[in-house]
Amino acid sequence: MEIPKSFLGYKRENGRVGTRNHVVILPVDDISNACAEAVANNIKGTFAIPHAYGRLQFGADLELFFDTMIGTGKNPNVAACIVIGIEPKWTKRIVDAIATTGKPVEGFSIEGAGDIKTIMTASKKAQEFSQWASEKQREECSLSDLWISVKCGESDTTSGMAANPAVGNLMDKLEPLGVHLCFGETSELTGAEKVCATRGSTPEAQKKFMKTWSDYNDFILKEATNDLSESQPTAGNIAGGLTTIEEKAFGNFQKIGSRKFIDVLTPAEEPKKGPGLYFMDTSSAAGECLTLQAAAGFNIHLFPTGQGNIIGNAIEPVVKLTGNPSTAVNMKEHIDLDVSKILKREMNMDQAGDELIKTTIRAASGRLTCAEVLGHKEFIMTKLFRSA
Amino acid sequence: MASTDIIIHDEKDNVGVVVIEKITPNQECNCWIMENDKSVKIQSKNEIPLGHKIAMIDFKEGDTILKYGHDIGKVVKDIKKGEHVHVHNVKTKKW
Repeated sequence: MEIPKSFLGYKRENGRVGTRNHVVILPVDDISNACAEAVANNIKGTFAIPHAYGRLQFGADLELFFDTMIGTGKNPNVAACIVIGIEPKWTKRIVDAIATTGKPVEGFSIEGAGDIKTIMTASKKAQEFSQWASEKQREECSLSDLWISVKCGESDTTSGMAANPAVGNLMDKLEPLGVHLCFGETSELTGAEKVCATRGSTPEAQKKFMKTWSDYNDFILKEATNDLSESQPTAGNIAGGLTTIEEKAFGNFQKIGSRKFIDVLTPAEEPKKGPGLYFMDTSSAAGECLTLQAAAGFNIHLFPTGQGNIIGNAIEPVVKLTGNPSTAVNMKEHIDLDVSKILKREMNMDQAGDELIKTTIRAASGRLTCAEVLGHKEFIMTKLFRSA
Repeated sequence: MASTDIIIHDEKDNVGVVVIEKITPNQECNCWIMENDKSVKIQSKNEIPLGHKIAMIDFKEGDTILKYGHDIGKVVKDIKKGEHVHVHNVKTKKW
């Protein structure tokens, strides 16, 4: 198949391209959720992203919180953003950082004003943003404007045989075209970590990967009551036939095809070394991983599943594929692409990769994904340690 | 081409994965080795569901399971060729 050279996206002020045109009401902290949700309820064409944190965090955990919030606002899938927090200082820090993209953003703090007045003033600004964003049109954009993140979930042995290598095939075809790519899941590479390290394109990238993985493993050995056998593989993985974390890791690893990663990103870190594949240090919990990848600026996500994970994301459209023929039938409403024919040898990996490229371009150009239509807007903060 | 019941990723692998709804005991199964596109046959000993593994050789306790051409764990209970390979007879080497 000749790979299409373009898709239809929203060109943003800073040169990035969005696959969506969201107007987001972003609460800074848990107690501002009510206000943000009220604004989103008042003003059509907007939505709130409620979450559980943003109070009394400190140190590296606080910095990750800010990176996640700011990165979410900066993501090119967000056309404009209202930020609402209890106190002006942290609200302003987030607003100022999002404003560097040149997109419309305005902050409101509740302290001293109360919910009702804040809802009124923020709603007026949200109305302005919503109507402004509604006039934005999709334009033809280069395929290299795609920033594709990947993560698999509820994996089973069909993931390693069909859905994950289909993603790997897409990576092999799209990386040479200048696309940004990102995989994560530090814990789920356990058992394949040494082989994964050899995929670093430079000795620095290899070293950085092994340090990231070792730091994680040390943490597990310190905190775990016995081992991870109870949660890795998960009960869903085991039901699907996955026996050990090593088996899961090598299946997981099929997602990057034969690519090499050029750098290792900290959670939510924006890639800065140009197009190519990046590894990000993330949890393997889908909600957390996708939230971090979206905060790093990725604008479309590919999610292979075996037993049927149903994850979505607040701002990043999630394209789901499965190689499991039962899941493809029983959970049809969640599956954007069925590649189970690979198992019957009725479809080869080259064809599966092509189908996935087509599905990805359609979703990037505006076709709603299953997760979007079903209302999945997961936004899950990664917490490094407990709050003060 | 005969229909495929079991897929083996790599020529070095000593387990295969069931890709039909289930295989029944004493079933003569067609296996496809993805890496070299070869076909082999194996007779099953147990019922094994979709996505689960079958032993392609006899294993003794302490042996290594190979899949994707890589070490994916150790045998903790002897396994006969054609038997179901899973958490009851294989464990991670990580912990």
